[in-house]
Amino acid sequence: MAVPTERFDWQEARVVRIAAQTGRVKSYFVEPRKWSGFVAGQHVDVRLTAPDGYQAQRSYSIASAPEDREVELVIERLEEGEVSPFFHEVVQKSDTVEIRGPIGGHFTWGKHDGGPLLLVGGGSGVAPLMSILRHRANVAPDVPAVLVYSSRAMDEVIFRDELIARAEAEANLRLVLTLTRETATDVRFRSGRIDMPLFEDVLGRFGGPPRHTFVCGATAFVDAASRFLIDAGVPFPSIKTERYGGDPVRD
Amino acid sequence: MITRGFFGRRPSADVAARLPPGQYEEKGFPVLSAGPTPRVDLAAWRFDLKIGPRPVKSWSWVEFNDMPRSQWKRDIHCVTKWSKFDTNWEGVTVDDLLADAGIDSPPTPYVLAHSWDGYSTNVPYADLAGDKGMVATRYEGAPIAPDHGGPARLLVPHLYFWKSAKWVNALQFTERDEAGFWELRGYHIYGDPWREQRYTGD
Repeated sequence: MAVPTERFDWQEARVVRIAAQTGRVKSYFVEPRKWSGFVAGQHVDVRLTAPDGYQAQRSYSIASAPEDREVELVIERLEEGEVSPFFHEVVQKSDTVEIRGPIGGHFTWGKHDGGPLLLVGGGSGVAPLMSILRHRANVAPDVPAVLVYSSRAMDEVIFRDELIARAEAEANLRLVLTLTRETATDVRFRSGRIDMPLFEDVLGRFGGPPRHTFVCGATAFVDAASRFLIDAGVPFPSIKTERYGGDPVRD
Repeated sequence: MITRGFFGRRPSADVAARLPPGQYEEKGFPVLSAGPTPRVDLAAWRFDLKIGPRPVKSWSWVEFNDMPRSQWKRDIHCVTKWSKFDTNWEGVTVDDLLADAGIDSPPTPYVLAHSWDGYSTNVPYADLAGDKGMVATRYEGAPIAPDHGGPARLLVPHLYFWKSAKWVNALQFTERDEAGFWELRGYHIYGDPWREQRYTGD
């Protein structure tokens, strides 16, 4: 548990790099002025201020590993949103935004938590799971892990190249990628929504329930995944969830 | 610090007046919780009132619904920044709950609410009494959906919404202000949205 002992002050963070992930998702690499690290799975609050003092705040998950020098925020552009279109249209390298954090002491994983680990992500819900995966590769590569990742289409898979490369290079990592709006042409991947056979297969290979399960995505996705997991015998208290709102307008 | 190029999408003056600092208006009803949605069987449902470790009263679902019911229309504010206006709830106020249990003055100044999934959150008694808190069983005229905390959730609308514990099954009077689930994990001990008490130390 990451219990903060002092107030999270707002601080300036410089955008040092921007990388397009997919057509609708970009990674913003920021450097906070003072940063004493974070636990994989945590998020930060971002605050924007207009010239007249009007402010908007949103929370974004950190996708980088705690070992990385830059803090990577994954921001999906939501057309009706106020903050995400600003990031996508206006923010450039060397701009400064205000952040505070890291925040959240529940949806987190560290070496001492051990494994096996089951990570289940839908769409941009993969961001905090990526932080956990990267951290695991750095500090506990022996911990068996499976990432079940549901995406609409191959070109909407965030971190696609890195995930495929990691799954090939890391002996204890398995990637189960499923596409919901197109047929996977690559035989390594599957098509269709997550379902019971998918989880039965994944859990069968663990040889028992994973020690920790993290589920992140839109509400309907998290609900469906949690139901399958519980029906498949994964203990309720071992499942941690993070949900992205019920309304696509939200950013 | 002014953010280069940011002008924002200003809410109307009416909306702005109802939004605590750092919040925006949400028309939908996002779901947030730390774990899966528990399936709570009404036949097995109980609601307990305790003073410290001592049980004072326990209601079945039928007994609970026999108590006087109140209807509230309130704005709610989630720490994840959304606010939703004019939400309609129905349930049993904490005042009526205590009256039914024969408690006419609070035995301690603090309350810890407990839930079916092991969640807990602390609220001073003063923030539940005097028509400030209820155990709600209906939302917008229908039973509260499991995702939103049904069959019953605490409703303390003047505090951030994590205080309105989903799947609530007990209120426990405590001598001290005991930190609950999120309060132990970096969230503010009290959680007043108008003072933007999101995190520890705010």
